[in-house]
Formats: sequence, structure tokens, C-alpha cells
Amino acid sequence: MIADTLILIFLAIGLVFNALGVIGLLRFPDVYTRLHASTKATTFGSIFLFLGVVVFAISQYLGTSDSQYLMVITHTIIAMFALAITNAAGSHAIARAAHRNGQKPQQAVVDKLAEAGL
Amino acid sequence: MIPFFVTAFVAFLFYLVLVVGSGSVLFWSTEEITAGVIIGLVTGILCRKIFCKSEDYRMLNPVRLIQIIFYLCGPFLVELTKANFDVAYRVITGRIRPGIIRLRSGMKSPLAMTMLAHSITLTPGTLSVDVDEKTHDLFIHVIHLDEGVEKKEALEAKEVFSYMDIPKWIRRIAE
Repeated sequence: MIADTLILIFLAIGLVFNALGVIGLLRFPDVYTRLHASTKATTFGSIFLFLGVVVFAISQYLGTSDSQYLMVITHTIIAMFALAITNAAGSHAIARAAHRNGQKPQQAVVDKLAEAGL
Repeated sequence: MIPFFVTAFVAFLFYLVLVVGSGSVLFWSTEEITAGVIIGLVTGILCRKIFCKSEDYRMLNPVRLIQIIFYLCGPFLVELTKANFDVAYRVITGRIRPGIIRLRSGMKSPLAMTMLAHSITLTPGTLSVDVDEKTHDLFIHVIHLDEGVEKKEALEAKEVFSYMDIPKWIRRIAE
């Protein structure tokens, strides 16, 4: 019963943050600010979705003591780390490529990278 | 020889984590353990030059690995939560004042630079865009700069984080 409530809460928080990431993707003006929305909000939202899965697996394991649910927990945690690392690395790659390609940050008050001229 | 054993051992451990709950020897079956040993040896032969490229084994120290877990569950999680509420606020209100600034990282090893850049991307309203290989400076895109910050030549790494001293943690883990 507690597990069901916890799963619902985690899923709700995760979906809210993922939805905010999508709204930010549509709303922000240029590639860099859009990357802010898409990396941070989706990582945080997905962590809560994963937490929902972990709580479900733990409750099932305690109920049935079927050891395959342990595998669900470890796979979910590995997926969480993989998502966080690849999300950060991918957004860095996209931002760097965009800046090398000449995309100027819109509404920017300062651009030290263009001044440095790397 | 050391790279081979290190790679094989890490691959074996990773395989065991992936197949946990398959049998009765602790959590694993004997078939899965045998398969893990074979896969670990093959991986060690194939990947030893990629995995141990720097020939530097300080990250095998269990104290550092435990510190990574503490770092992820403590300071990093606090900053991640704060950053996400900040981005949620910016998404809803649309109040942004973006800019790309220079950040003195103060890190020396490539691993520490990677960890700092990833932490910056995932945490406080900032996104790492490029890196100056000579001076180890990071160029970061900030979604909301406070008034006056854009006039500074460069920021110190801990100024962009709000509550926790993330660079100190990373230096302790990776250098």
C-alpha cells in the first residue's frame, strides 16, 4: 500500500519534470538554453521514474522473495548512471559543435568563448 | 600484465552485477559465474589498452569509489534538485539572461576535468560548452547571469555552485 503510493508520487514528479523539459525545449530561444531544459529536466525526471521502478521491485521482492527482482533493481541503477553520464556528455558535444558552427547565443549579455577565439 | 588483470576483474564484477539474482551461490548460479570468468578474460584481452590507457590505477582505491557514492548521494543530489527547480522556474516564467563565461577549473587530471564538466552540465543552470586545453579553463553557458558578473574576466569553479563545494569533492575523489 505504501509502495503503491510512493510509486505514484515518484511517477508524478518524474512526469512533471520531463514535461517541463519538453515545454522548455519548445519555449527557449536558441540551442544552448534548449539544451539546459532538455538535459537537466529530463535527467532529474528520469531519476524519479527509475526510483519508481526500484520501489516497485523492492516491494515485489519483499512480497515474493523472487530473486529476479534484484536484477531489475541493479539494471535500473546502471541505466540511471548511464543516462546521467551520456546526457551530460552528449549535451556538451552538441553545444561545442553548435558554437564551432557559428551559432551565436541569442539574448546573450556576454560571450567569452567568441572573444577567446578557440 | 597489470592492465589485463584490472580490465578482466572489472569486467567480471560488472557481469556479476548484471546477472545478480540468477541462482543460489550467494546471489549467482555457478553457470553465470563461469560465464563471467570467461567473458572477463576475453574482455581483458580485447580492451586492456583502451581501459587502462593512462596506466594510472588510483581510481581502484576503494576509498575513492566509496567517496564517489557519497558525492553522488549528498552534495550532487542537493545541487541537482536546486538546479532543476531553477530551470523549472525559468521554463515557466521565461526570465533568462544567458551568456557564456570563462571558469577557472583548477583541475589537473583529465578525469577530474571530465567529472567537473559533467557536474556543471547537470547542476546549477550552467552548461559546459568548450574547454581550453592549455589553461584547463572551461567555457560555460549560464542561463541566468546576475548583474555585473559578465564584466569579470573569469570565475572560480566554486562560485557557480550555490550550497556545496563541489570542486573540493571532485579534487578529493579524482586527484
